[in-house]
Amino acid sequence: MLDLIAPFFERLNETTGLNFSPFYDSYDWGRLVEGMTVSVKLIAAIIALSLVIGVVGAGAQTSRLKLVRGLVAAYIEVFRNTPPIVQLLFFYFGLGAITPQVDMGGWYEPMIGSFGWAVIAIGIFGGSYNVEIFRSGVEAVPDSTKEAAESLGFSGFQIFVYVTLPLAFRICLPALTNNIISLAKTSSLAYVIAVPEITYSLSGIWSDSVNVPEMMVLLFAYYIVLVAIIARVMTMIERRLALPGYGQ
Amino acid sequence: MTEGWTVSRLTWRAPVLAACLCLAASLAAVAQDEAAARPSALDSLVTWMPFILKGFGLNLLMSVLAMAFATVTGVILGFMQISPLALIRVPAKLVTHLFRNSPWLVILFAIMLLVPFQITLPGGERILIPDWVKATFGFALPVMANISEILRGAVMSIPTGQWESADSLAMTRGQTLRHIILPQCIRRMMPPWMNWYALLTLMTPMAAILGVDEALGNTQAAMEAAGSRPEFLIPFYLFLMTIFFVFIYPISLYTRRLEKRFAAAS
Amino acid sequence: MPRNENWTEAQPIVALHDVHKSFGTFEVLKGIDIEVMKGEVVCIIGPSGSGKSTLIRTINGLTPVSKGSVKVEGIEVHDAKLDKLALRRKVGIVFQQYNLFPHRTVLENVMMAPLLVLKENRSEVEARARTLLEKVKLRDKEDAYPAELSGGQQQRVAIARSLCMRPDVMLFDEVTAALDPETVKEVLMTIKDLATDGMTCMLVTHEMGFAREISDRVYFTDAGRIVESGPPAQIFDAPQDPRTQEFLSKVL
Repeated sequence: MLDLIAPFFERLNETTGLNFSPFYDSYDWGRLVEGMTVSVKLIAAIIALSLVIGVVGAGAQTSRLKLVRGLVAAYIEVFRNTPPIVQLLFFYFGLGAITPQVDMGGWYEPMIGSFGWAVIAIGIFGGSYNVEIFRSGVEAVPDSTKEAAESLGFSGFQIFVYVTLPLAFRICLPALTNNIISLAKTSSLAYVIAVPEITYSLSGIWSDSVNVPEMMVLLFAYYIVLVAIIARVMTMIERRLALPGYGQ
Repeated sequence: MTEGWTVSRLTWRAPVLAACLCLAASLAAVAQDEAAARPSALDSLVTWMPFILKGFGLNLLMSVLAMAFATVTGVILGFMQISPLALIRVPAKLVTHLFRNSPWLVILFAIMLLVPFQITLPGGERILIPDWVKATFGFALPVMANISEILRGAVMSIPTGQWESADSLAMTRGQTLRHIILPQCIRRMMPPWMNWYALLTLMTPMAAILGVDEALGNTQAAMEAAGSRPEFLIPFYLFLMTIFFVFIYPISLYTRRLEKRFAAAS
Repeated sequence: MPRNENWTEAQPIVALHDVHKSFGTFEVLKGIDIEVMKGEVVCIIGPSGSGKSTLIRTINGLTPVSKGSVKVEGIEVHDAKLDKLALRRKVGIVFQQYNLFPHRTVLENVMMAPLLVLKENRSEVEARARTLLEKVKLRDKEDAYPAELSGGQQQRVAIARSLCMRPDVMLFDEVTAALDPETVKEVLMTIKDLATDGMTCMLVTHEMGFAREISDRVYFTDAGRIVESGPPAQIFDAPQDPRTQEFLSKVL
């Protein structure tokens, strides 16, 4: 791959001074690929965690225990009303300092690395939005539809799985798409705790090769393409789940 | 009736939550206060509070300036997006798209690294641009793009009957926008506008990465100056979160109330 | 499935005795007594807000009663120990707002409960569902989604959905109230076919002509009480109570 495009970008550098070093320098190429891979993994992990938190939180909000409901409400308010970057630093430095170290045979490594803390912190941040999104979806399912299922003998669990959930998921898909896209963008915050995702690796390249504008173009292009892909996938899901004649 | 309940419930939650955060911060500080010889983490925090709060002042300044700039440019960009002229509409859409879909941090980097630190006026005078001004500009861009999109959405949501009736009264496009469409849009735009202000404020500590002395930068500097002890980390960061929470939470509450009221009215 | 061994068809299939229901301090039902024999068609009429819908919903336990007894085939409905499933197998209900599952096709709507609740064999259920759709004249719509159908068609699917559980009693809660006038008739025809086949039916309805034509017995309710009951000819042609007379003079 690199062999194919390297001559062109080397010429481009020599003739115009536009230095896209990752496209001809194998070391920088490696950094770019690594950055993209880590970024995609990071985003996938963050989204997965935030979805789990969203479902569990929305479930906990229907709890009969006031304490549980209060805790979920407090969680949502705290994480939605404080700066995400400070949350991340708090998790990584504050909690990271008191989590145990693992003996790696001679040297010690923290149990949770920077990647792990980035997933936890940003996942929890994103989850606080997902809880509300899922809750409003569940609330939007009409009582009368659930009642019809009840009158047919469905158990509470069957009503939730076969009626409430499929309808709630469709109702909250647009809001979910927005939050997933916003989380993908927020994943760049992991830069601050030196997770080698795309922003971090490209910043390494631009400080070595002094090609800030070129790398900025790459960075913007990466995120725009990424957001476009996520949006496309979500639209596909939405279309697949669309019900003829319903809600249009 | 339901609304009254929600509002009262939300309002008492605010101070309680904030108090819990503060309490947690102090407890964390006290709990780790073992070495009696050195000043405790809590003492250090109290000593450095004014310094951190001063930094927070800069966060507020940046957020207000960025919001003002983003509102003006966002509205202009939004109108450009609905222009009948493709020459105006297409670039406006591109700019909106670019800044809506890029991370705050990346936009901030781009502004910090690509905008020169000083500019030369035509007269040969040189003006230094302080970092915090550049950061303010960087924070304004994503908000601008989103306000542009909110405006476009709000205008599109006005029924075509409104345009048609204004047209039938021989109003020009500009008159219709100004006297008929915009007044109806402003109401709809208020809650998202406030949401974006809250989000913008929550993003301002990112400026610390680039060396701006705002609350986060000052917190980190304070911890270092006080001796970089690991037991500082939790109370100092919790204190920082508390400041933001106390400022942002009432705004969120008010926004939600507006949203509810508008949802009920429509 | 619980079965009351002492119950025979000579006894009422549905028996309400002194049923009271309050929502907060507001008493909706103030002592209702109704008995329905197997195969009977019973209509409940009366002014809006007289508690008719609440009354019919107590029969399959959707609305719990505050006091009194509701028995279906001799089994107490509001017994806390009762397996609700068994009851719901016996009593089907059709609502004013159809309440079909919007994310399932017509055929799936009809098949869902027998598959999930009764755990019946799929091919058997499918055959039965198709027969029922044939009966409500919607065989050609089996792959459509509810939102693609007219109100009357949706209501007929809802009837088929209930019937697929093979109930012994069918409840109809103002099933034509939300329909366009031109589709009311197709739903009423479906109910009439059912009644002719011998299904025990209880209807809350505003369709006086239909009530008169179809019922074996009519109950007139007002303010949570049964004011008057009897064969349709008696209620409609020679009402005794002034409240019945006044109501009928308004609606007829």
